Amino acid sequence: MSRQVVARAGDIAPGTCKIVSVRGREIGIFNLDGEYFALANRCPHAGGPLCRGRVGPLVLSDGPGRYRLTREQKFLRCPWHGWEYDIRSGQSWCDPKSVRARQFQVMVETGSSLVKGPYVAETFPVLVEEDYLVVEVTASAAS
Amino acid sequence: MKLPFRGAIDCDLHPAMPRARALLPYLDEYWRDQIVDRHIDRYSFILTSYPPNSPLSARPDWRFPTGAPGGDLDMIRRQALDPFGTRFAICNMLHGAVALFNEDMAAALCRAANDWVAKELLDREPRLRASIIVPLHNPEAAIAEIERVAADRRFVQVLLFVMGEILLGRRIFWPIYAAAEKLELAIGIHAGGTYHHAPTAAGWPSHRVEDYVAQSAAFEGQLLSLLSEGVFQKFSRLKIVLIESGLTWLPHLLWRTNKTWRGVRPEVPWIDRPPADVIREQVRVTLQPIDVPAGEAQILARTLEHIGSDRMLLFSTDYPHWHFDGEDALPDGLSWETIRRLAIDNPLDTFPRLREGAQMSDSVAGHEENVR
Amino acid sequence: MNAPIREVTASSRLAIVDCDIHPAFRTPKDLHPFLPERWRDHMDTFGEHLRHGLSGQLPYPRMTAAGMRGDAFPQEGPPGSDLALMRSQHLDANGVEFGMLMPLSRSGMEERNLDYAAALSHAVNEWQLETWIKPEPRLRAGIVVPQEDAAFAVKEIERRADNPAFVQILISPRSSDPLGHRRYWPIYAAAERANRPIALHVQGYSGGHASTASGWPTYYLQEHYAMTGNMQSTVTSMVFEGVFERFPELRVVLVEGGFAWAPSLCWRMDKHWERLRKETPRAKRRPSEYVREHFWFTTQPIEEPDDPQHLAHIIEWLGWDRLMFSTDYPHWDFDDPQHVFKFKVADENKALVFRDNAKALYGPR
Repeated sequence: MSRQVVARAGDIAPGTCKIVSVRGREIGIFNLDGEYFALANRCPHAGGPLCRGRVGPLVLSDGPGRYRLTREQKFLRCPWHGWEYDIRSGQSWCDPKSVRARQFQVMVETGSSLVKGPYVAETFPVLVEEDYLVVEVTASAAS
Repeated sequence: MKLPFRGAIDCDLHPAMPRARALLPYLDEYWRDQIVDRHIDRYSFILTSYPPNSPLSARPDWRFPTGAPGGDLDMIRRQALDPFGTRFAICNMLHGAVALFNEDMAAALCRAANDWVAKELLDREPRLRASIIVPLHNPEAAIAEIERVAADRRFVQVLLFVMGEILLGRRIFWPIYAAAEKLELAIGIHAGGTYHHAPTAAGWPSHRVEDYVAQSAAFEGQLLSLLSEGVFQKFSRLKIVLIESGLTWLPHLLWRTNKTWRGVRPEVPWIDRPPADVIREQVRVTLQPIDVPAGEAQILARTLEHIGSDRMLLFSTDYPHWHFDGEDALPDGLSWETIRRLAIDNPLDTFPRLREGAQMSDSVAGHEENVR
Repeated sequence: MNAPIREVTASSRLAIVDCDIHPAFRTPKDLHPFLPERWRDHMDTFGEHLRHGLSGQLPYPRMTAAGMRGDAFPQEGPPGSDLALMRSQHLDANGVEFGMLMPLSRSGMEERNLDYAAALSHAVNEWQLETWIKPEPRLRAGIVVPQEDAAFAVKEIERRADNPAFVQILISPRSSDPLGHRRYWPIYAAAERANRPIALHVQGYSGGHASTASGWPTYYLQEHYAMTGNMQSTVTSMVFEGVFERFPELRVVLVEGGFAWAPSLCWRMDKHWERLRKETPRAKRRPSEYVREHFWFTTQPIEEPDDPQHLAHIIEWLGWDRLMFSTDYPHWDFDDPQHVFKFKVADENKALVFRDNAKALYGPR
């Protein structure tokens, strides 16, 4: 396991992402309301620079012609094909029906009962140690 | 290959159109007066899509020196019902009234045609069932006709055309789907149409064969419309039947639509699961003309694998259109189980009204004993 | 859960041919140096006259970033307008040995004023040479011509035929009549004489017909799909009108229309031709034979079945010799060469799709 300091805690404004290089891999560090999450900057769909995508809400619907946005701004849209990912878990989101039913409480849990999209973006734990953000990367993740 | 048992349900049969003159008894006095005075009674309201003498329009042994193919009930019994051991056949009247621009005249003729079907066909031949024909100029009027005719439970479907004036997913048509869903009628979308638009995005092909080939792209456009507008979400019990559409184009549609949807999901956020799954559940496809090359069992097997559902296919002869010879209404290479599904189970699931009545239990229990 | 994504080192990467790259103007005035004053003035005063309702924007708005890759925006100008960025993020990064330019807008293909269309087409051809071909030896141009004005199109093709930088002729498949129609035949005659393929890139509008046989779609999800229908009927028209009997050397490239629909179309055409052949005596052979001999398909946007092997079946039916890799850089539905095939492809087939089919078609220019 490799731990690397990637940024100062104040470097990344809420709702934004900083892309850093860890052991030759590009990783995006996201600040969601003061909590930090890290995703590999490579979309599992077709290899696009996922972390350069837009951070924002998920679009949901109660039926044809009706649109609403989630309050939580924690979804990432890949800048290539627009696939949507939950930044916290890396889970791709192609069918949010289950999200609607659970009112996002489940989002905080590990989500084993959610209907998942077919891909998961690679995530890394981020630790806040005093003023610094530290990312843990396991050796095998570099392949 | 032939059907290996009796009791199949033929989901696409075309009795000949009654001449306008034959509809006169079924019209009110204003329309009788107009149809006769304007010489409209000399016409047959045949759609451009099916010129009577085209080889596609009728198999040679289904043509007679006089009369139109499928124009005689005895002919239909001898040619379309008896040889296939058909339990039920759904009559789809390809009546050209829908191509008129005058919505009142179109509605009057469709009403008359529906009544003619009930009296001249359904009353006289218990194996026949039918689709309700309606013009789409005015959805309210269409609903009124659907509700009127649907009181007769032998009508199992509403018949629309694939090449119309407005894509069928559009919200103005939703009250029609609400009515159909409530009345347990399927929505049938048949090849052909009114030609109120060019048949292709690059205009008007020179030849009929090009128009016929282009039907599949028209079906694709309609499926995308129904899907994108959310018709399947709004009417989750509704079944959409694609009639005379072919099926080898379906895998590409499922794959491409799934892929594109994942990227444009926020545009149509009511689609809350993969489009391919939605389509497999609510869409059906009739068998003829099957567009797998004859004798190519591997292509057929792979196509069915690509489609990914054994619930979608519905047996049909498309009588009297010429798509096969003799009684070989099935392509080679289908398992007995698959044939049973497409000939009996899937039609019963798609057209709930077929299950009604004591006759039905005979059919379901009896077909096993009637294996040829 | 994920299919593995292989890291490919630069040295192991195949040099590829990209058959669909979209160069863009930094501003419309980029065309001014190549237009006579009368037409500069026309461009500034009246602008384009197209068969749809909005000026300077699309009636089917695209999704992410106006339909572009979010990471392809240069400091100035729209995606595709900056050669340096195109080089670093695409040509260099992806080992592109040759890239085929496909100018899309202000090309004259969709312009209603045919005099203006002629001026635009000539200007776009000059612009390709000056702005892209001169500085970047990996790029190749297409002779853009307005298909609705066959007489001018022939002249422009003849003017450019001696310049090997132009490897093909670009017209719109979204034409006013299906492209097999005899009004377009002089263009095919000129293409044969110039020994260049015709390339048909999908278009959102052009000849004024609704994108489906039952009218206009509502959503981009539908409109994106409808392009494939246009490709299918274009193939059908060219086959049944007998274009390939009259022009046996003509080759046609279908760009950005996908390809998984093609075997099905061949089966449908063959089946109905059997029954209705009397109607089309100029199509002397089975339609699928014409497709195998005269059509090529670029790969993007590649179809992605849940079971990737299903796409292998399709290509087996169509033929590995029919496909030519493309990225559609810088658009959103870009296909990355490292990730485009999600099933194992034999090395000899990879070489065909990524390089050799294109090199054979476009010749050693």
